[in-house]
Amino acid sequence: MTASPESFDSQQRLGAPVAILAELTHRCPLGCPYCSNPLALDPREDELSTSDWTRVFSQAATLGVLHANLSGGEPAARQDLTDIIAHYANVGLYTNLITSGIGLTQDRVNELARAGLDHAQLSIQDSDAPSADRIAGYKGAFARKLAVAEWITQAGLPLTINAVIHRANIFRAGDMVRLAVKLGARRVEIAHTQYYGWGLTNRAALMPSRTEAEVAIAEVEALKKALAGVIVIDHVIPDYHARYPKACMGGWGKRGLNVTPTGKALPCHAAETIPDLEFWTVRDRSIEDIWINSPAFNAFRGEDWMREPCRSCPRKTVDYGGCRCQALALTGDAREADPVCHLSPHHDKIAEIAAQSEDAGGAPLYNYRRMKLREPAE
Amino acid sequence: MEANQPNTVSKPCLPRGVRLKYDETRSEWLLLAPERVIKTDAIAVEILKRCDGTATFAAIVDDLAQHFSADRARVEADVSALLGELAAKRMVDL
Repeated sequence: MTASPESFDSQQRLGAPVAILAELTHRCPLGCPYCSNPLALDPREDELSTSDWTRVFSQAATLGVLHANLSGGEPAARQDLTDIIAHYANVGLYTNLITSGIGLTQDRVNELARAGLDHAQLSIQDSDAPSADRIAGYKGAFARKLAVAEWITQAGLPLTINAVIHRANIFRAGDMVRLAVKLGARRVEIAHTQYYGWGLTNRAALMPSRTEAEVAIAEVEALKKALAGVIVIDHVIPDYHARYPKACMGGWGKRGLNVTPTGKALPCHAAETIPDLEFWTVRDRSIEDIWINSPAFNAFRGEDWMREPCRSCPRKTVDYGGCRCQALALTGDAREADPVCHLSPHHDKIAEIAAQSEDAGGAPLYNYRRMKLREPAE
Repeated sequence: MEANQPNTVSKPCLPRGVRLKYDETRSEWLLLAPERVIKTDAIAVEILKRCDGTATFAAIVDDLAQHFSADRARVEADVSALLGELAAKRMVDL
């Protein structure tokens, strides 16, 4: 395919999405301070119904979506999780459950496996129990997760362990890989915190120093080679110390879509932080209509929206100017280059933030992710 | 790494969580795994279709060599390379 500057206005040019991330609910028993959910969490009574979700997955499969990732919040908080997964399997989607494990029982795990679940991804907060429970804001979470990992592998399901890395656990990044091997995982994600949603509000408490990050990255990269064939390590390294930005979401509106608990279709988790984007909802529109025509999905497709230094940059088709939400959060304008890029006129802001993490000391104090209860009706 | 290379008695299979799928939308065969979609060419598809956990590596090579009237040593090298690469990514069990 050539990198011609025409906009994505025809279906021929715009490929089908590869993945859909379904945030079934924002309810979650854990309070992880790096949660990527928005600060304003959707209440239960506004969530999509079972039939809404099955309709969405049928439409997604027809459109060509391959991977369906069930997330949240904690998807196990939905009583209809098994029905939703059974429907996935029926329409031929590759189904992945992204779970904290809290709220699952062994019977429920077996039921999900029988319903046709392809894969389960279980989060851990640390390899050290007291620290893990402190990060999650939930006593006993770590012990419970070890049990859930065993239920998942006993049910014959492939297991991925996911760990988000930040100041409180960065010294144990390698330990977490080894724990994943011990738990029988075939894959582990070691993902340095990205600063969106709750993660952004807790940035000062989460961001490690550059040296800490470099040591951890080197250790995990070495394990990647040493453990080839034992476990696959997907390593998401922090972009604050990088020279060029990441190709966020593999390009805006290029690979996948997120659907929130209430049905809003977003090009990425944090897209709602960008002002003046018009999001469509799966309550009113089909997935195909949204993918092709939704103003939010078209806002940053192609290259017409770009400014300098992106517009004339040879890397614009490699990293697409980086992350729109990070550009907004740090420069005040989503059309700017991601300031992670050393060519950005705002790049000094990244250096400033990264420098602040160098002198941070003591145990970090978190603003835990919590759902605000609605005011009771008069 | 040697542990990731098939030997003649290996019985390769796609583990649960890895699926070979013909995608109608894109008109191509794809190998689906957690967070991965891998395009598979016609040769890879023929190899992977035979990885059922009962046929040995040697039997798969024999079958392919016969079916495509191809040089056995060449087929063996191709099969070994593909399965070794996918085993390192934990997408095939040997």
